[in-house]
Amino acid sequence: MIATASPATRFGAYLPRLETTAAWLLAIVWIFPLLYAVWAAFHPAEFMVRFDLLAPLTLDNFADAWEQAPFARYYLNTFLLVTGIVAAQFVVCTLAGFAFARFPIPGKDFLFMLVLIQLFVFPEVLIVENYRIASSLGLVDTIAGIGLPYVASAFGIFLLRQTFKTIPRELEDAARVEGCGWMAVLLKVYVPLAKPTYLAYGLVSISHHWNNFLWPLVVTNSVESRPLTVGLGIFSAPETGVNWATISAATLLSIAPLLVAFLLFQRQFVQSFLRAGIR
Amino acid sequence: MANPTSDRRMQIYGALLLLPAAVLLGTFAYLPTVATLINSLFLPGFRGAPPAFVGLENYRVLIEDATFWQVARNNLFYALGTIPASIALALGMALFVNGRLPGRGLVRMAYFTPTILPMIAAANIWMFFYAPQIGLFNHLLEGLGISGPNWLGDPGVALGSVIVMTIWKEAGFFMIFYLAALQSIPPELEEAANLEGTGRWSYFWRVTFPLLMPTTLFVLINALINAVRVVDHLFILTKGGPNNATNLLLYYVYENAFSFFDRTYAATITVVILLVLAVVATIKFRVLDRRTHYQ
Amino acid sequence: MSAFLPRTLSGLAAAGLLVAGQATAQQEPVELTMYYPVAVGGALTDVIDGLVADFEAEHPDIAVDAIYAGNYDDTRVRAMSAVEAGDSPQLSVMFSIDLYELLEQDVIVAFDEVVESEEEREWVDSFYPALMENGMLDGQTYGIPFQRSTIVFYWNKEAFAAAGLDPDTPPETWEEMAEMAATIREAGEDDQWGVMVPSTGYPYWMFQAFAFQNGHRLMSEDGTEVYFNDPAAVEALEYWVSLASEHEAMPDGTLEWGTLRQNFIEESTAMMWHSTGNLTAVKNEADFDFGVAMLPMNTQRGSPTGGGNFYLFKDSSEEERRAAMTFIRWMTAPERAAAWSIETGYMGVSPAAYETEALREYVEEFPPAAVARDQLEHATAELATYQGGRVRRALDNAVQAALTGQMTPQEALDQAQAEADAALRRYAR
Repeated sequence: MIATASPATRFGAYLPRLETTAAWLLAIVWIFPLLYAVWAAFHPAEFMVRFDLLAPLTLDNFADAWEQAPFARYYLNTFLLVTGIVAAQFVVCTLAGFAFARFPIPGKDFLFMLVLIQLFVFPEVLIVENYRIASSLGLVDTIAGIGLPYVASAFGIFLLRQTFKTIPRELEDAARVEGCGWMAVLLKVYVPLAKPTYLAYGLVSISHHWNNFLWPLVVTNSVESRPLTVGLGIFSAPETGVNWATISAATLLSIAPLLVAFLLFQRQFVQSFLRAGIR
Repeated sequence: MANPTSDRRMQIYGALLLLPAAVLLGTFAYLPTVATLINSLFLPGFRGAPPAFVGLENYRVLIEDATFWQVARNNLFYALGTIPASIALALGMALFVNGRLPGRGLVRMAYFTPTILPMIAAANIWMFFYAPQIGLFNHLLEGLGISGPNWLGDPGVALGSVIVMTIWKEAGFFMIFYLAALQSIPPELEEAANLEGTGRWSYFWRVTFPLLMPTTLFVLINALINAVRVVDHLFILTKGGPNNATNLLLYYVYENAFSFFDRTYAATITVVILLVLAVVATIKFRVLDRRTHYQ
Repeated sequence: MSAFLPRTLSGLAAAGLLVAGQATAQQEPVELTMYYPVAVGGALTDVIDGLVADFEAEHPDIAVDAIYAGNYDDTRVRAMSAVEAGDSPQLSVMFSIDLYELLEQDVIVAFDEVVESEEEREWVDSFYPALMENGMLDGQTYGIPFQRSTIVFYWNKEAFAAAGLDPDTPPETWEEMAEMAATIREAGEDDQWGVMVPSTGYPYWMFQAFAFQNGHRLMSEDGTEVYFNDPAAVEALEYWVSLASEHEAMPDGTLEWGTLRQNFIEESTAMMWHSTGNLTAVKNEADFDFGVAMLPMNTQRGSPTGGGNFYLFKDSSEEERRAAMTFIRWMTAPERAAAWSIETGYMGVSPAAYETEALREYVEEFPPAAVARDQLEHATAELATYQGGRVRRALDNAVQAALTGQMTPQEALDQAQAEADAALRRYAR
């Protein structure tokens, strides 16, 4: 018998050299666009397609972008939007998830299916009618108008319901014996134990709404409510003929906070997407 | 808990807890869905007149609208172009980073990073690649003595260009689901297969791939939804052009509603999208979740 | 702690979602809101902000909130949606061809309704007539020209010289342009194209120039009919297509409106057709000698006008309308029009603007600045009809289909005609 490689090396096995090379090549291809944007943003415009290691570095593109569009305001808007949505989602979805998990509501299963439908009929598809509704509620061009359609998130309700269901009744009963009402039970028992779910859902929601474009585009009119993505879209619509290096810089400006957060907390992000994705 | 008054109180309490979500869902999901169906039966008011009920007129126009059919076909090709490719790539990536690979963390990060970017930003970057004459791709091709195509300006190529960018954006996201699934496969299986002398290739097809089936279906549903929902990049890359070669259903809705001020026709197209999504939802609930318990 | 968390969260939720509610405090100065687009290069938003600040300093009783809304299409969508949401601006700079759409939605008023004195009447009549064409209907004036342009011809003199052409003689006719472009393409050592005409963004606009140079106007005066598949129009499109297919002087496929200036600056084309609104940006960025001329002709010279007009919105008080008119008069006064023209390359909108010292001197030192004005006598109105979005899209698609070889010019324009007729069927008078 030929002495095979010991199971230890075969397992978790080192990939064959060919595959290692392929994995790395693919990685380089995948990260290249971002590196390219960084290159373009930090060099004068004439180096867009000329790679020269000695090309002078510059921050002018960032200065130009910052000057040509109110990015500070866009940052603020996006920040308000994202925190507002996530906070409101936590409240609304916690209440609903709790109700579905623990309360004997007539027709509950049917109601729950009705909620799940929203996983498929999301606000983007209904832009036309949602716009009309936002308009009649006076929500057009407000940050609340961008956020509200997303607050009752079927996904959030689903996730929290599942989590709450896994929490043993005994814990609830113990709290009840101490004389806690329903709200106190929710806040003292359920919410703390669901922390990982909140973290996961929160991160997913933050990334989604930081990056969201179509509905904010439709419902905002002015700098006062426009989030970063819409500001960036308007700024770099190729029709304005803005210089490419400036667009690169503006692009980096708008993705930087989320990207940095991701690079710092990679594991948490990946875990969150995973946890939130596997239902 | 058999006490009927307490049961009654629980019901009311539960209903109250549901109230905020119910109001919001009603306002921004159910009401607009119904309104979409109703509005698709009207024509916009002509010169200030109120909208006129026309029955199925809009649907007749839709069926005769060559652009609509082209857009629907585009969307189908877009789905066929993006979904299998990004799923296959995602699986490949997951297998790569599940193995022991020098610099695994970096590689995984490289795969996943596009997921974090807004579609708009991704489109901005790819715009530089695709620009004819002065864009990066054609610059590189020129170096090889090839005169590259007009990536976004040639109707035969443009949709493909959009698809490639979408694959780049999505594959990393799907990868993590495969990665998680791979890590949950007990190592004993591979050990056993190894002892039997099963090759890696046949091990993958006979063991790993079937075990990953639920993940594949899950990813497939998500990919299908994204193929309908995400059109952000069109705003930057092509605006649906040239000659509608890259126009997708949701973008066509946007155009009709907000560029042509024809909200009722936009509603009619929206109904089509809703039908497509209903099919996807049925697949999910009937096929995929047959064994999942919502209790 | 656990009880504290949700309370903070709900607080945050309320704050986050409510902070954004617009507080429009009613104060003493008349408050005006206006949307405006920027469709060509340069940091024009700064220029507008500066102008607004100057105006407010001179008129402390009027406050203007100028909102940059993207390109012309974006601006129309934004302004219309604001109107629909009951938050109408009092005035806006919008596409000159939005007239019909705005009338149909019944959101604008004619300047004639607001004009009170002889002096104001004179002001309304003080602009180049060619620029008023798109702003008038049935004898009423709805649009006052502001950032107006025509298409002009840019050429790279050094590329001409390198190809053995006279660097100071631009092509006069279609034929000459095709020949010169082919010559440059053949001589060009490093992949330089002869000519580029943009075919995304505003393809219908470029096509209008070709058609008009061939003696053909694409639409009726009242905006209810179009004539896309007239033989003269087909011939015009055939010429455009032939630049790539026959003369091989222009790249195949569509050419991006937004990056075309970059192409010219990077010398990847020796000639381009583009808005005069790009003039100042080209002047600042080109490190070679370039010239600007009127577009070449076939049976006649010609270019459509383009760009943005000031409109007055209906949903406003008498006081606001007066204030809006004060602002518009100030913005279009000859000195401002001159400064704006120098800053951007857009046209001085009135003859008086070209008589100001600043613009006279500028034209003297930089003659290309006068080309757009001189071309005005050959200008025609930009394509404007009811259902403008659909009609223009039909023509855009036809142009792109022909340029990309999907259809022959005849087929493409026949199809566009049919689509436009369908869109306009309710409007036939």
